[in-house]
Amino acid sequence: MEGTANSMSEYLSVLIFIFVGIGSVLFTFFLSRLIRPHNPYKEKSIPYECAELPIGDSWFKFNNRFYIFALMFVIFDVEVVFLFPWAVAFGELGLFALVEMIIFILILFFGLFYAWRKGALKWV
Amino acid sequence: MIDYTSAGIDFGLIAPEIALLVTAFVILLISSIRRLNAFPIYIAFIGLVVTLALSIQQWSNQESGFFGMISCDNFGIAFKILFSATSLLVLLLGYRYMIARGIDRPEYSALLLISTMGMMVMANTTDLVVMFLGLEIMSVPLYVMAGFARRSLRSNEAAIKYFMMGAFASAFLLMGIAFVYGASGTTELRRIVADISFISSRHGAYIYAGAALILVGFGFKVAAVPFHSWVPDVYEGAPTPVTAFFSVAPKAAGFAVMLRIFLFGFADLEILSDVFWVLSVLTMSVGNILALRQGNVKRLLAYSSIAHAGYIMVALAVGGEEAVSAAIFYLVAYTIFNLGGFAVVTLLETRSGCRSNFSELPGLAATHPYLSAILALFMLALGGFPPTVGFLGKFYLFAAAIKSGYIWLAVIGVMNSFLSVYYYLRVVKASYFETSDEPFTPVSYTPAIVAVLIITAVGTLGLGFFPQQLLEFSRSAIFAFL
Amino acid sequence: MVPVSAYLIVAIVLFGIGTVGVLISRNMIVMFMCIELMLNAANLALIAFSRSLEVMDGHAFVFLVLTVAAAEAAVGLAIVLAIYRNRETINIDRFSILKW
Repeated sequence: MEGTANSMSEYLSVLIFIFVGIGSVLFTFFLSRLIRPHNPYKEKSIPYECAELPIGDSWFKFNNRFYIFALMFVIFDVEVVFLFPWAVAFGELGLFALVEMIIFILILFFGLFYAWRKGALKWV
Repeated sequence: MIDYTSAGIDFGLIAPEIALLVTAFVILLISSIRRLNAFPIYIAFIGLVVTLALSIQQWSNQESGFFGMISCDNFGIAFKILFSATSLLVLLLGYRYMIARGIDRPEYSALLLISTMGMMVMANTTDLVVMFLGLEIMSVPLYVMAGFARRSLRSNEAAIKYFMMGAFASAFLLMGIAFVYGASGTTELRRIVADISFISSRHGAYIYAGAALILVGFGFKVAAVPFHSWVPDVYEGAPTPVTAFFSVAPKAAGFAVMLRIFLFGFADLEILSDVFWVLSVLTMSVGNILALRQGNVKRLLAYSSIAHAGYIMVALAVGGEEAVSAAIFYLVAYTIFNLGGFAVVTLLETRSGCRSNFSELPGLAATHPYLSAILALFMLALGGFPPTVGFLGKFYLFAAAIKSGYIWLAVIGVMNSFLSVYYYLRVVKASYFETSDEPFTPVSYTPAIVAVLIITAVGTLGLGFFPQQLLEFSRSAIFAFL
Repeated sequence: MVPVSAYLIVAIVLFGIGTVGVLISRNMIVMFMCIELMLNAANLALIAFSRSLEVMDGHAFVFLVLTVAAAEAAVGLAIVLAIYRNRETINIDRFSILKW
């Protein structure tokens, strides 16, 4: 009987997790509804495809500027890969690894700051 | 919990690298907060001097740390000193040129510093993974520096060629490391050395394939024939101070790693010596023969740098303490006189519209006697004439070869040196004995480039007469290496 | 279980395709992709060896390689963009100011 009770409580935690997950999404929707401006127009209701027209020939030229954003994305995206093994092993790594990771993220943040100041994030 | 006390976390071991990185960040930070017209060469200068001091201060400190990832021995520290000094000289000699071409952006100094840091990482480790990382930290800024004149088609072309070849070489290197890892279960050279006989008896094919692929990868980086085709184009197209940097620093870094991998890690693979014998002969002969017919001084220096890679490769074929110390001696000497040669070329090219073709040289001796004398000195040093350090460098290399029984290698090397004298003297002849109808545009000296010229010229001659210091330096650099 | 040699053969084939692609392709973007293919072949070999040796180092190494590949791709594409702005082509045959 003890095993059943254990598995019951495990299911219960999953259930709570699901409710909290759904609840937090609904809560953010609600929150954003409170503070956002309300200004609907027709283009907003078409499917979102990274600011390109979703209907038409798929062989058209992309704007060059997408490359810049793609590059920025790829770099920061890949750097984040290092966070996962760090997070998994964090319990064994201790304070030293925390400090190292903070330095790592600061360096990344500095890179982003540099790109921002040089206007790489602007759509000119 | 992981025990960090035995891991050797000692930031003193990587103090020069940290200094370089912090300096580069400070430069980028300042440049991104306010718009700068002059690039902050002073900050870079101070950072490099600090780095040089920190590197010298590490001398004769044999330690490994960071879980064995960093090993700070005299061999690595010698290269740290060499790289920071090279970077310093390149920074000084490029200052006026970059302003004259309108590419004096602060990123140039930052990239130079980060690339230098990568080289230091490469030279100061016995772990193949860290070597690969160092190589990439070195190479990626170099790709950008090759294309730094981004409005110039030549510079664009140099950048893309260098990038393609560099990335291609990295892929080979990586595959090689993967095979070595598969054969031995580790990427740490010390552990590979410890049971190489077991590894090569059980996984012989893997270890040979790995060594071959690593050799191809570094062959591209140090511009050994048959992997040299990118060199002249990249050297000609890149901004001249960047070319000066290319011709010495990445080459020295590549050789530092090759000496470690092939003479320390894979010392027991006997076929390697024969392979390096062939590569060395090919590299010096092809480099020298192709240099004979060049009409542009930068291209000529590019082929000459290929030939010099061939001479240094003699040490890899020969092996042993004496050859390694001769190789370090030669790398230092080559850095000094090659940078000197490029300083003169940079000075000549700072005048607008000049591409350092041979046809621009006549009149140099008549109008600028000191400059042409210094140019001649560097050319003689490159050719290996006696009173200069170039002669001694070649002498020690070939003497080491003869002592170990590689008579033919030494003979071919000496014959190649004689061949090379022909084209170096062509430069001297063009500046002294040829005449041209067009008047020679005078060059404008700056204190920075005069300092570089004096340092390199004094080094070339002074070390030729009194090589004792450099000899001791290169001998103690291999202490605890082999 | 699939033997390690099977993964290795795939890795070597991928590496070969990449090498040949770089050597014969005339388009810079295709050359890029081939270099990425070579890097990923090496990654596959690393993972396969790591699995068969039961040492985890290889996995960590692959993370590093991925990062390096991203940095290289960023710089390479930036160079291609600079070239495209200057001359409106990315065909490597047109690059003949400096002869190869």
